[in-house]
Amino acid sequence: MKPAPFDYVRAASLDEALSALHEAGDEARVIAGGQSLVPMLNMRLARPSVLVDVMRIGELARIEHRKGMITIGAGVRQAQLERWAPLAGTLPLVASMMPWVGHAQTRSRGTVCGSFAHADPSAELPLALLALEGEVHLRSKKARRVLPAADFFLGMMATAAQPGEMVEAIGLPAHGIGTGTAFAEVARRHGDFAIVACAAIARPGGAIRLAVGGVADTPQAIALPDPSDPDFDDRLNEFAWALNARDDLHASARYRRDLVRSLGRRTVEEAVSCRS
Amino acid sequence: MPKLNRDTRTDVTFTLNGKKVTARSEPRLLLTDLLRHELGATGTHVGCEHGVCGACTVRIDGEPARACLTLAAQAEGADIQTVEGLEPEPGGMSPLQAAFREHFALQCGFCTAGILISLKALFDRKPGASEQEIREQLSGHLCRCTGYTPIVRAALAAQAQMREEEPRNA
Amino acid sequence: MTVNPPADRWVGRSVPRIEDAALLTGRGRFIDDLPTHAGTLAAAILRSPHGHAAIRSIDATAALASDGVVAVVTGDDVQRLTRSMTVGVKANVECWPIATDRVRYVGEPVAIVVAADRYLAEDAAERIAVDYEILPAVVDPEAALGSDAPVLHPSLGSNLINERSFSYGDPDGAFAGAAHRIAVEIAYPRNSCTPIETYGVVAGYDPGEDAYDILANFQGPFSIHAVVARALKVPGNRMRLRTPPSSGGSYGIKQGVFPYMILMGVAARIAGRPVKWVEDRLEHLAASVSATNRVTRLEAAVEADGRITALAFDQIEDCGAHLRAPEPATLYRMHGNMTGAYAIANVSIRNRVVLTNKTPTGLNRGFGGPQIYYPLERLMQRIARQLNLDPLDVVRRNLIPANAFPYRTATGALLDSGDYPAALERAVVEGGLGELVERRTNARAKGRLYGIGMAAVVEPSVSNMGYITTVLTPGEREKAGPKNGAQATATIAIDPLGSVSVKVASVPQGQGHRTVLAQVVADALGLEPSAIAVVADVDTARDAWSIASGNYSSRFAPAVAGAAKLAADRIRAKLEAVAAGQLNTMPADVVFAGGRAASRSNPDNGVSFARVAAAAHWAPGTLPETVDQTIRETVFWTPPELSAPNGSDEVNSSLCHGFIFDFCGVEVDAVTGEARIDRYVTMHDCGTILHPAMVEGQVRGGFAHALGAALYEEYAYGADGSFQSGTLADYLIPTVMEVPEPVILHHETPSPFTPLGAKGVGEGNCMSTPACIANAVADAIGVDDLDLPLTPSKIAGLLAGPERQAKNPPRQAREAQPGGRRKLTGEGAAEVAASREAVWKMLLDPATLEAIIPGSHGVTQVSDTHFTADVTLGVGPVKGRYKAEIELFDLDEPNAVTLRGTTTGALGFGEGEGRITLSDTGTGKTRIAYTYEAGIGGKVASVGGRLLDGAARVVIGQFFKALANHAGGANGPGTGLLARLKGLIGGRS
Ligand code: FES
Ligand code: FES
Repeated sequence: MKPAPFDYVRAASLDEALSALHEAGDEARVIAGGQSLVPMLNMRLARPSVLVDVMRIGELARIEHRKGMITIGAGVRQAQLERWAPLAGTLPLVASMMPWVGHAQTRSRGTVCGSFAHADPSAELPLALLALEGEVHLRSKKARRVLPAADFFLGMMATAAQPGEMVEAIGLPAHGIGTGTAFAEVARRHGDFAIVACAAIARPGGAIRLAVGGVADTPQAIALPDPSDPDFDDRLNEFAWALNARDDLHASARYRRDLVRSLGRRTVEEAVSCRS
Repeated sequence: MPKLNRDTRTDVTFTLNGKKVTARSEPRLLLTDLLRHELGATGTHVGCEHGVCGACTVRIDGEPARACLTLAAQAEGADIQTVEGLEPEPGGMSPLQAAFREHFALQCGFCTAGILISLKALFDRKPGASEQEIREQLSGHLCRCTGYTPIVRAALAAQAQMREEEPRNA
Repeated sequence: MTVNPPADRWVGRSVPRIEDAALLTGRGRFIDDLPTHAGTLAAAILRSPHGHAAIRSIDATAALASDGVVAVVTGDDVQRLTRSMTVGVKANVECWPIATDRVRYVGEPVAIVVAADRYLAEDAAERIAVDYEILPAVVDPEAALGSDAPVLHPSLGSNLINERSFSYGDPDGAFAGAAHRIAVEIAYPRNSCTPIETYGVVAGYDPGEDAYDILANFQGPFSIHAVVARALKVPGNRMRLRTPPSSGGSYGIKQGVFPYMILMGVAARIAGRPVKWVEDRLEHLAASVSATNRVTRLEAAVEADGRITALAFDQIEDCGAHLRAPEPATLYRMHGNMTGAYAIANVSIRNRVVLTNKTPTGLNRGFGGPQIYYPLERLMQRIARQLNLDPLDVVRRNLIPANAFPYRTATGALLDSGDYPAALERAVVEGGLGELVERRTNARAKGRLYGIGMAAVVEPSVSNMGYITTVLTPGEREKAGPKNGAQATATIAIDPLGSVSVKVASVPQGQGHRTVLAQVVADALGLEPSAIAVVADVDTARDAWSIASGNYSSRFAPAVAGAAKLAADRIRAKLEAVAAGQLNTMPADVVFAGGRAASRSNPDNGVSFARVAAAAHWAPGTLPETVDQTIRETVFWTPPELSAPNGSDEVNSSLCHGFIFDFCGVEVDAVTGEARIDRYVTMHDCGTILHPAMVEGQVRGGFAHALGAALYEEYAYGADGSFQSGTLADYLIPTVMEVPEPVILHHETPSPFTPLGAKGVGEGNCMSTPACIANAVADAIGVDDLDLPLTPSKIAGLLAGPERQAKNPPRQAREAQPGGRRKLTGEGAAEVAASREAVWKMLLDPATLEAIIPGSHGVTQVSDTHFTADVTLGVGPVKGRYKAEIELFDLDEPNAVTLRGTTTGALGFGEGEGRITLSDTGTGKTRIAYTYEAGIGGKVASVGGRLLDGAARVVIGQFFKALANHAGGANGPGTGLLARLKGLIGGRS
C-alpha cells in the first residue's frame, strides 16, 4: 500500500504554486494537510503526476475577519481554526462541528480548504460552507473567481475547480446577531463520516435553512418554514426523498430519510429555540 | 522553485527527538517508512496506512499526527517526536510510560507508541484536560487488546502525577 | 476484582509486566522491526478483484521489465515447486495458497512480485495483465447448497465438502414427548478480531541443503508446521520456523499467516534471495482469515417449566473458498460443549460444511463459541418469552447442578469443575440485576426502550488436538489412527552463574506470558520474578515443541504455565538434593526462599541459590548420585483426559471449562436506533487466577472484541462476491468512545486437571457477550429475530412503521437488493441542437465516440455495433486507466438503442447497460433521454464503494454532456438529481 511515483513541488509562494499547477494541468494535485489525499495515494486510487505542496506559503495560513466575512486561507489547518479564539463568537455553527471533524490527530494536519476541495459529501466542513452560504475563492495562474458554495460542489468528490486552479481561500459570513444555529450528526462511531449530518440556521427575520450532508452526492440545503407551520413536515419529507438516499453497508436509504426527517426537525427546532 | 523528481532521492532534514537528522528519500516515501526503515526508529508502528488506526502517530511540530498520512518530503524542517523521545534517560520512564505499566494499559504494545504520543501532546498543550477530552484524544486510536479502560486510567493517573510534579519542576 | 493477592507467593499477584519496559520505549521487536539478511527483497502480492473467475492468462512481461524487479511468481510456479496443502476432511479437492486455474474470492493471491523494495514491487504488480473470465459467484451458504449454485471446485461436484450427523441420548424420544418445541434460526455473520499488526513473513531458501528458514509472526498451533513442510516438500527438519519476540496481537488470526510462509518460501527460492513480505491493511481485511459465518437452526424440546430435554442443531458452516487447515475446526471445537452450561441429555446435530466465494476462514478469538452460543442463548430467551417465564429462571432450571462435577456432557466433554448456580446467584446480587430491572420498569413507564439480556456459557480451553477428527466417521478415524492430547512443553535452564531461564513454545501475542512464567518459576525456586529470564518465542530448529505448541485455545495458563511449574518443581527436587549435600542435611529439610537454599530446621545454615544451582556446571563431580544434572529440564505435559473421539463420536474436545454468566441493561434510542449499554456485568469462573490484572485484561479485551461483533463489525460481501469492508473506515472497530467498562466478577473453582488449577479466560466474552447484548436489544424492542451486527439502521428498521411517502417520488430511487451487487441506477436527459438522425449517426461512429467518451485514448470498431476503447476514468483525484467494451443492442433507428458495456482496469471493473431514447422536440432539436443500470466491483468497490458510485454517476453524466456538446446542443436540464433538487429548492440552494 504505497503511493505510485509523483513529482513534488514545495512551493514557496503562491505564484510558484500556481505556475506549477498551470504547467501540470490535470495531472497535478494540491497537497496541503494531505489527510484526505494521502490515503488515496497510498491505495493508489489517486495517482497525480505532480503534487504541489502549498503549506510553506505564509500568506495562505491566515484567518481574517473583515466586513462580516471570515476568510480562511488554504494553508489553515483544522486545528488552527478550532483554536482560533473568535471562532465561537463569529462562527458558532462551525465551532460546534469542529469536534466531529475527523480526530485530533487528523485535524492537526488537515486543512479547512482541503476538506472543501476534497468534497466528501459526508464531511462536516462542506456542510458548513453550504449551510452558511459561504463562498469559495478559486485561483489559477491567469484568473481568480469566487463561487457560491452551491456551485462549487458538483458531486461526490467532484468540484468546479478546473485543472490549474486551486482553492485559495473560503469565505464564511460571520454570525448575525440573533441568529440561531444548530448541528447534529449520526455516525457509526465517534469521528466517522456522517450517515446523516444536519445543520440548521434560523435567522431573526424568520428565514430557516437546513443543510444536510451524508445523503446525496453533495451536501444539500432547503429553506423551511417555522417548525410549527403545518407544512413543515411535508416540505422536509419531500426534501428527504429528493436527496435520493441509497443503501450502503452502514445504513439503509430508508434510515437516512428517517434521520433527515427526525434529526432535521430536531436541529431546526434547536436553531429556532436559540434564535433571538 | 524546488521540484523533487519522482525518481530522485533527495535529502530531507528535520529534527527527530531533539537531534538533527538527514535521510534520503523519493518524493513518494511515507514518513512512516522513512522513520522506520531509513532511520531505524522502529518504535513508531504501522497498522493501516490509511489514517484510521493511530499506530503511526508521531508529533510533528508539537501536534499529534499520522505519520502514514505524511510524506517524508513534507517533514522537511519539522520538529518530530516519536516514542523513542519520551524516555527521560535510557532505562528510565516518563510518568506517562510508568503509568501505562502500572495500570496494565498495554498488552501487545503495538498501538501503544501512538497512544503515548497523542497523550503527551494533549497534556503538554492542556495539562488539565478533562476525562472527556482525554477520551476524545484517544478516540483517534484503535487498540484491539485492552478494551481501553486501563488506557484511560493510566492517562488520568499520569496526568495527576504530572500536575503534582509540575510546580516542583517549575 | 474480588481477588485478594496472596502474601506468600508471586502467583496470584498483579506484578508489573516484564514485557512493558521495551514496549513502552519503542524497543519492541516486532517482525517488521527485525534486521534482515543483506540483500533481502520485498514482495507485493497481486490479488483477485473478482469473487469467482477463471484465469485465462497471466502476462508478467511488463512487470518483469519493471524497475528493481527480480522475480514474478504465479500459481504455475507454486504448483511446480510445492504440493497442495493438506485438507482436513476426506474430499477430492486441492488447496493451494495462490490461485492456479481460477480465483475463488476477492483478495486471493494471483501473483507475487519480488523487487528491491515494496514501492517498486507494487509498481510492478500493477503491470501484470491477468485475463479473467468472470464466473457466477455464490456467497450465501444456503444458496451454495442449491442444485443450481455455481460450483467452486468442479472436482468436488458440489459446494458441500463435508456432512456428518450425530445423535446422543434419545433426541427423537425427547422431542416426541416434549410439551413444546421452540426454535431459532440464525445467520451468524463473518467478523474478525483484526490485530493492529498485520501478517509478516521473511523467508529464505538454501538450495545446498534444500531447506527453508522462515520467520513469521505465526501464533500456532504448530501442527501447521507439518502442513507447511509437507506443502514445501521437505522433511520437518528442513523447515525451520521462527517467530519474532514481539507480536502485535493475534486473537487467533495470525494462525492464518501460514499459506504465506509457503508462498514466500517459493518466492525466495525462485528469487535466489531472502524475501520479506509485510501484509498491508487492505490485504489483511480482504484476505487474511476471519471467523466462519454460519447458518443455524436450533430447536429445543421444552417442558412447561422451561426445562430443556433435547436440542437439535442443524448447522451450515461457511468456510469460504477453500477448506484450509485447521478447518473445519471452528465447527468441531465446541463439539463436546453443544449443550453449553446446561444439563441436557439428548442432542442431535447435523453439520454441513460448505464452500463459498469468500475468504477462507481460520482461527478467531472464541473459535466456534459465538456461533454456538448465539443461537443457544437467543433460544433461552425465546423459550422464556414464549412460555412467559422469567429468563433467569429458565437459565437456573437448566444449569448443570453444583454436585455434578466432573460432569460428562451428552456429546462427550468432561467438565472439570465449577459451581454454576453459585456463580450465577452471586452475579445477580453483586452485579445488581435487581436494580437493572427497576431501571427497565422506570424507563418503560416513560415510554423509553430499555431491555435486559443475559447469557450463560461454558468456556472451553486447552484444545484436544484430536477433536477435529470428529469430522471423520468412526471408520475413517480407525483407518487414520487416533489423534488426541495437547502436548505442552517447558524448559528450565540454569547457567554457570546460577541464574535461571525459562523457555516455552507459547508464542505470546501480547498476553504477558513471560511475566506469569517468571512468577510461577520464582515461586518454585524461591527467587524474585525479576531474576528469571523468559523466552517465549519459538525456533523449531532449537526448541522443544510439538503440534500443540502455540498461543490458542486459551491454553497458556492451564497448560503452558502448568508445564513450567512441573519443570521448575522437577529441577527444584534435584536442587534440594544438591543443597542437602552442601548444607549437610536431608533434601526434605531444604527450603528455597529469598534467593537462598537453607535448612528448614536451622535457617542460619544456608547458601546462595546460585551456588547450589551452578554446581552442575563447575563441579559435576560433587552432585549426589541421585542427581544427573541441574542444567536443563524439559517437561512435556499432556493431560490424560484428552482422549481421541470414541466410536460413538463422543469427544472431550477441551481439557478445561470455565463458566461465565453475563447480564446487561441496554437502552435503544427510538429515533436513531442506537443501542447504548447502560451496564454490563460479567461473572467468570476461570479456576485459579495467576495474575489478576492480566485476567482482567483478557476479559476486557474479549469483551471489546465481542462488543464490536455485536454492534459494529462485519466482513460484508455483495452477491457477486465483491468484498465491501475493505478499509478500516468500513470495517468498524470500536474506539474508546464505544466500549463501556464492564463490571467484572470472579468465582474461583480451581481445575483439578491442570497443574496450577488455572483455566483459560481470554475467549469467554467473545462467546457470551454478542448473545447477551442481542438478548437485551430484543427485550428492549420486543422482537424475536435479530442477526448481528445490530447496527442502528437495522434496529431502526425493526422499529419503523410504514414510511411517509413523497408526494412526488423520485423515479430513480430504486433500491438495491440487500446484499446484492452494488447496483447503480440513474437517468437523465439532454437536449441537443441536431436532428435525431444526426445524433443516431454519432452514436454509431467511432470518431464521435472517441470524442465523447470521457478520457478516451482511442476507440476501435470491432463490428458495426461493437467497439473497444482505452479510457482514463476518474473523479476528483481518483483516476485509473481502463479497457472498455461497448456493444449496441436493440437498435431501433433512429429512436432508441441499448448500450451494454464493460470496463476493466487497475481500480476495478464495471458493467452496465443503458437505454437511450431520442425524441424530436421540433425545431430541429433532439431530446436525448437515458436510463442506466451499472454494477461495479474490484478494488475501488472494496475500499471506497461510496466514492465509486459517485464516480460512476459523474462519468455517465459526463458522457451524455459530451454527447450533447458534440451535437452542438445547449446543455439540457442536467441530470435528474441535481435538476430536481434545484427545482425543489429554487435557484441556487
Ligand atoms: S498506520 Fe497510520 S493511522 Fe494506521
Ligand atoms: S495493546 Fe495490543 S493493540 Fe493495543
